[in-house]
Amino acid sequence: MINYIIRRFLYAFPLLMGVNILTFVLFFVVNTPDDMARMQLGQKHVTQQAVDNWKQQRGYDLPLLWNTKANNPVTETIFYQKSMGLFVFDFGISDSGRNISSDIKQRMWPSLAIALPSLIVGLLVNISVALLMVLFRNSYIEFSSIVLCVMLMSISSLFYIIGGQFLVGKLLRLVPISGYDTGFNAIKFLILPVLIAVIAGIGSGARWYRTLFLEEVEKDYVRTARAKGLTEAQVLFKHVLRNALIPILTGVVVILPLLFMGSLITESFFSIPGLGSYTIDAINRQDFAIVRSMVFLGSALYILGLLMTDISYTLVDPRVRLS
Amino acid sequence: MVVLWTDGLVFFLVLAVISFSFYFARKPQMKRPLGKIANNKVGMLSLVVLFFFMGIGLLDSIHFKSSETSAKPIISVLDYWASPLRMQGEKTYSAPFAAHLYSKETIILENGTKVWAYPRLQHGGKHLKQPSVEKVGDIFIKGSIGFAKGSVLFMLIFIISLKLTKKSLATKTIKAAWILTFLLVSMSYMLIDLSTYYHVFGTDKVGENIFYQAVKSIRTGLVIGSLTTLIMLPLAISFGIMAGFFRGWVDDVIQYIYTTLNSIPSVLLIAASILMVQVYMANHEQDFTSLIVRADMRLLFLCLILGVTSWTGLCRLLRAETLKLREMEYVQAAQALGVKRGRILFRHILPNLMHIVLISVVLDFSALVLAEAVLSYINIGVDPTTYSWGNMINGARLEMARDPVVWWPLSASFIFMFTLVLAANLFADCVRDAFDPRRESAL
Repeated sequence: MINYIIRRFLYAFPLLMGVNILTFVLFFVVNTPDDMARMQLGQKHVTQQAVDNWKQQRGYDLPLLWNTKANNPVTETIFYQKSMGLFVFDFGISDSGRNISSDIKQRMWPSLAIALPSLIVGLLVNISVALLMVLFRNSYIEFSSIVLCVMLMSISSLFYIIGGQFLVGKLLRLVPISGYDTGFNAIKFLILPVLIAVIAGIGSGARWYRTLFLEEVEKDYVRTARAKGLTEAQVLFKHVLRNALIPILTGVVVILPLLFMGSLITESFFSIPGLGSYTIDAINRQDFAIVRSMVFLGSALYILGLLMTDISYTLVDPRVRLS
Repeated sequence: MVVLWTDGLVFFLVLAVISFSFYFARKPQMKRPLGKIANNKVGMLSLVVLFFFMGIGLLDSIHFKSSETSAKPIISVLDYWASPLRMQGEKTYSAPFAAHLYSKETIILENGTKVWAYPRLQHGGKHLKQPSVEKVGDIFIKGSIGFAKGSVLFMLIFIISLKLTKKSLATKTIKAAWILTFLLVSMSYMLIDLSTYYHVFGTDKVGENIFYQAVKSIRTGLVIGSLTTLIMLPLAISFGIMAGFFRGWVDDVIQYIYTTLNSIPSVLLIAASILMVQVYMANHEQDFTSLIVRADMRLLFLCLILGVTSWTGLCRLLRAETLKLREMEYVQAAQALGVKRGRILFRHILPNLMHIVLISVVLDFSALVLAEAVLSYINIGVDPTTYSWGNMINGARLEMARDPVVWWPLSASFIFMFTLVLAANLFADCVRDAFDPRRESAL
């Protein structure tokens, strides 16, 4: 077990290296730092002097991969300077001069404050809806709820947010439309985004869990349970639900680390100062350092999620042995 | 005739799909699933809607140089057809079927006095003397005339196709499909007819017709949904089969590639790539002279990037299935008989993977159409000058805060997008039920 985990951690390095090289190629080889400097400083009327200054301030004035002039040809390059810090989660300075690591540390909590309740409430709602659909299977209730799910799935998430803000925030004036506050004052700002995230997720979520439950319902132990004389509700909630929890839990574990990254759309609509809106701002300002750091952070968290999934399999299902 | 990059690819795709379907429709093993789709009422109805959208998209994909010396040197057949919609702009917002502008202005009356009031629209409801009295009746009459014209058009199509195929209305499903076609044709004819007198879905901030924008967005949605598939499929199929069939180091390398790509949050990868494209375009302005060529290239790049980020899921499925298939007895028998590897791949493995490919293609379509809207909202989607539902939503989302509420741009994009995505989702379900051997019937 310990061996396996160590091996998986080691496997993360080539993966992260690949991510790194990919973003490096995207950001520095397709377009040279000169191009980026011109873009940031404004296309026209930029002197070469200004471009050189910009590059030097941000450390982009080194060669890309191999520095023939320096003592150590590998370390004195953009690739080395800009990549190695990422592996120890030192993200350096953004193009606008702020410390990215401290920004991330500060902004991940609001992201989590939205993502975690959305995940938990959404999970509960989806599972209960799916169980009800399975309980009433082969009836008009099931048919109409499937149709409703498909319809809910076909609405763009943007409409959920705009509609929710308009209805709850503007017409009913129950909660503020957008904004954020520290501590417990934040709750009134969180209700609406969480509610919308849950509703927007019902369509696909409930359908997905329904297929999981339906697969489980066909199995032999369910027939045995029915033969014992249990009611359909007892069978579902006691036996089917517990056994279906294995795929559900492992499916949730993989996205747990990514919750820190926040949701791009929700956060920018509700102007919540989380990592999602941080990323969007960076994209709009074309701040390459931040985008690159976020790509790296996202990949690292995803790989962590995969590892946690494998471990959680052994924890919830004793039949699985890792090797 | 001007062929833009996406136009060429769209027509290539249409030809490919048509030839594939002719090829497969004759295969005996396709009879059962195809028959299942043909008998599924929901599936056929959604297919009719999809075909309707596709027709509009194809019309919009035939571009030619226009004679008018306006801002747009290249227009499509649809643009030409909808010239009145394009030309008859207003000053600013106006509600659907309105005869007056959304905002008040100082109007100078004939006798020289100035009044602060809502001015009449330049085009919408121009023919009415007293809009407040005549409007409702006029809309009703004009609408009925349009509907009747549409019905006549439908009857023509109906009779011709009956003569051509020599089939009667055999099943309930076909009947329902014809009824839906009737509704679609007549309703759209009614809307087109009304559009010459009114702005059916109102106008936007700069006075552009919303109906025109929403119809133009159809092509963007379809292109993103389909061209991405064209780019994704070769990658997914070749890598998936190779990984599953050859195993060993090939498998390791391919697995490494897709795990790496998968681990990057896709929105960020798309954002990074689009940023690069933007920088590239800004530095090579001479290559993208015309606005429409530039927007078209960006659309193509977006499809390319979406294709590169989305092949991993299908690749993994195909790899797993190939791993299973290569241990099957018929494959082993072929190997024992000395059939060459390439032949085994193409004759024995590839055809047995096709149902997975087909299912994932139709399932991905609706997801891609929805993704376009989100990406355009973050400004990493299509070019801001391209008509797309995402851009429409993006431009209109702040208008909900106005008073009175400007609801029509959002509603129009909602209706169009919802119809397309719902049809695609329902059809995808139907295809999955028909082709997936594990699912007998779910709906």
